[in-house]
Amino acid sequence: MTQLVRMTGIDKHFPGVHALRSAQFDLMPGEVHALMGENGAGKSTLMKVLSGIYQPDGGTVEVSGQAVSIHGPRAAQALGIGIIHQELALMNDLSVAQNIFIGREPRRSFGRLDEAQLNADAQAIFAQMKVHIDPRAEVRSLSVARQQMVEIAKALSFRSRILIMDEPTAALNEAETNELFAIIRGLRAEGVGVVYISHKMDEIRRISDRVTIMRDGAYVGTVNAADTPIETIISMMVGRALENVHVDIPDLSSAPVALEVRGLNRGRVIRDVGFSVRQGEILGFAGLMGAGRTEVARAIFGADPRDSGEIIVHGKTETIRSPKDAVDAGIGYLSEDRKHFGLALGLDVRANVGMTSLARFSNAIGVLNEAALEKTARDYIAQLAIRTPSDRQEVRLLSGGNQQKIVIAKWLLRNCDILIFDEPTRGIDVGAKAEIYRLMQALAADGKAIIVISSELPEVLRLSHRIAVMCEGRLTGILPGGPGTSQEEIMRLATLKHRSPEEALA
Amino acid sequence: MTTLPAATPARKPASGAQQKLLAFASLIALLVFFSVASPNFLQTSNILAILQATSVNGVLAIAATLVIITGGIDLSVGTLMTFCAVMAGVILTNAGMPLPLGIVGAIAVGAICGTISGTLVAKMKIPPFIATLGMMLILKGLSLVISGTKPIYFNDTPGFSQISTGSLIGKIVPTVPVPNGVLILFVLALVIGYVLNRTVLGRYCFALGSNEEAVRLSGVNTDAWKIAIYALAGSICGIAGLIIASRLNSAQPALGLGYELDAIAAVVIGGTSLAGGRGSILGTMIGALIMAVLLNGLRVMSVAQEWQTVVTGGIIIAAVYADMLRRRRAAS
Repeated sequence: MTQLVRMTGIDKHFPGVHALRSAQFDLMPGEVHALMGENGAGKSTLMKVLSGIYQPDGGTVEVSGQAVSIHGPRAAQALGIGIIHQELALMNDLSVAQNIFIGREPRRSFGRLDEAQLNADAQAIFAQMKVHIDPRAEVRSLSVARQQMVEIAKALSFRSRILIMDEPTAALNEAETNELFAIIRGLRAEGVGVVYISHKMDEIRRISDRVTIMRDGAYVGTVNAADTPIETIISMMVGRALENVHVDIPDLSSAPVALEVRGLNRGRVIRDVGFSVRQGEILGFAGLMGAGRTEVARAIFGADPRDSGEIIVHGKTETIRSPKDAVDAGIGYLSEDRKHFGLALGLDVRANVGMTSLARFSNAIGVLNEAALEKTARDYIAQLAIRTPSDRQEVRLLSGGNQQKIVIAKWLLRNCDILIFDEPTRGIDVGAKAEIYRLMQALAADGKAIIVISSELPEVLRLSHRIAVMCEGRLTGILPGGPGTSQEEIMRLATLKHRSPEEALA
Repeated sequence: MTTLPAATPARKPASGAQQKLLAFASLIALLVFFSVASPNFLQTSNILAILQATSVNGVLAIAATLVIITGGIDLSVGTLMTFCAVMAGVILTNAGMPLPLGIVGAIAVGAICGTISGTLVAKMKIPPFIATLGMMLILKGLSLVISGTKPIYFNDTPGFSQISTGSLIGKIVPTVPVPNGVLILFVLALVIGYVLNRTVLGRYCFALGSNEEAVRLSGVNTDAWKIAIYALAGSICGIAGLIIASRLNSAQPALGLGYELDAIAAVVIGGTSLAGGRGSILGTMIGALIMAVLLNGLRVMSVAQEWQTVVTGGIIIAAVYADMLRRRRAAS
């Protein structure tokens, strides 16, 4: 049988990143082929090449045995390649049918639309998929699962023989996932080839025929889903030899608890999370994308509302309803997107360091004491070894590592002794990373309680005294830090999907 | 296969329709209030005056609605209107061409200027606010330069004043002498309402405002459609230019600044979202009428003109706040 898709030697560079290194992939008709790998392994990039969104720098793509170059979404559609993106690409204000046929509306003369035909065509696709969705409904009013069905219907409307799904179940519950799988099996029976990107191990076993594993932009291997143990797949994903790390784990059993969280809940994204951090401790948070780690941090910080949950700071229950309440309680949050949420990029170092503490640097009528601000800023520049020509340098001109230090200085100045770092080294080069690690360790040694959320397992292993692992909004386990804990162990907890009691019985 | 929870059906019809209903109810309330407050308000002549006053702002607001639904903004509608009027003056009075040529010329000038704005936005990626702010100033200046800062009168083209002040309807039904300017407004509203809801161009207005990247990834030439939408808005400004020049029987080059804000106000009061993706011509028409009724009613009640502006400002804020409240309710 001819392969539907054969990609070989695919190379793709982005500024500063070698995203795909001679990657390969193939897809047979009537097959569900899972594509797996850690965050940043290159799965989505490879599929964006196949769907014409990125142009590869090298390599060949064959569709049904013919070498092709796919120059855009249109060209991919013409070849029968449909993609359902991780973030749904729908127009919320338009109806279901209007979304499915955007750009290909049935027309009458003078550019008039044939709305009846449009709705009938959409209805026909849903009938084929055996789902009931009103083509006239506004997409905004649908649940995420149903919006996903609309995306699938849109892909099918191109008579796609190749359907790429990028983490389609990320926002679906169990029943919705089952329904999606039924549709996927139906498509497979009709000879459609499905590429299925997911992090969820048990799903891979349930739905896919073969699994291709990628790591660091390169192809690792392809295995049969049915007879390959999950451990094998995980070790193929993690693969890289663990760099020699040595974590000094201090004995903190007598240190007072700085922060305790009990019964934290928020919709489906945070489910009954509880943990505590002691003064001087670094608690790592590991998990796959969408596990709910950032959501937990934001809920503690008061940036998102929570349904329930108690937050106890230094033994005292605090009512935290807004980030201001959290800061007043001594909690600082260093966002994963420091350029958007952490820094005023156009302002200088001095202004950024003082940003959250201006009340202390101003007199009764709000005039700023620039001399005191300058002294403070210079103290932090020296203390944290921030490399900047002066405290008047605009922050946008500094490197990522130095920007991160300025965010840290900001929170230290605000007297925060509980610091939540969300992806602290994202976009920071290797040398500066080590420096940020040392700084975080020094802060902990100084008695600060530190929570660090990271998608890079080596980072979590290197820093953490204890490691909390999350999956789908639940805390699935807390492991001791140090050499006793392996990446495989963390990955197992990170993919430990909760089963409801009914299913366990079934 | 039907195990999915049914999508809440009540939410959808509540959204756009509710705001329109609210605006419409406000309009009725205003009409009732003013007719009780002043016996002169409901006189036919006064109603016609209100409609006459709506015609220019209403036409400009229709143009602004198109652009705002795409998620953009057009600040140049007022001075573009004036520029088109001046160009009509150049064609008819300075060059002595026949009337139909002046009409076509003014609308064509509007379309060309709209194409330029659209190109600045779509191709050169200049934010719509800046691109049309630039166009607004350029067109204001050009109107003054071309006219030599003096009004151009249409005394040589006797039919010209009929465009706005004549009454086709009055010829058929003498008791309701609705001026042609008003007739043009309503016909235009029907046409553009149809275009928005029933044609490809209209569909892309909403789609672009809703999620431009998704439209682009669907293989649609988003730039070309955006330019077409700005061009259509520009040509509508040309129509507004003809109406106002005809009513004044002259092209007043200094006029035009400030009209864009009135037009945007009408659009916003009518429930069109400045974030793009949703809006309607019916809402805009109600919005324009609310503004005109308010100004007229306050005048009939002898409220000082300064206060009329204050009230309009308050109405805009109230209308948008009502919309926000509704949205928050819908979201929760």
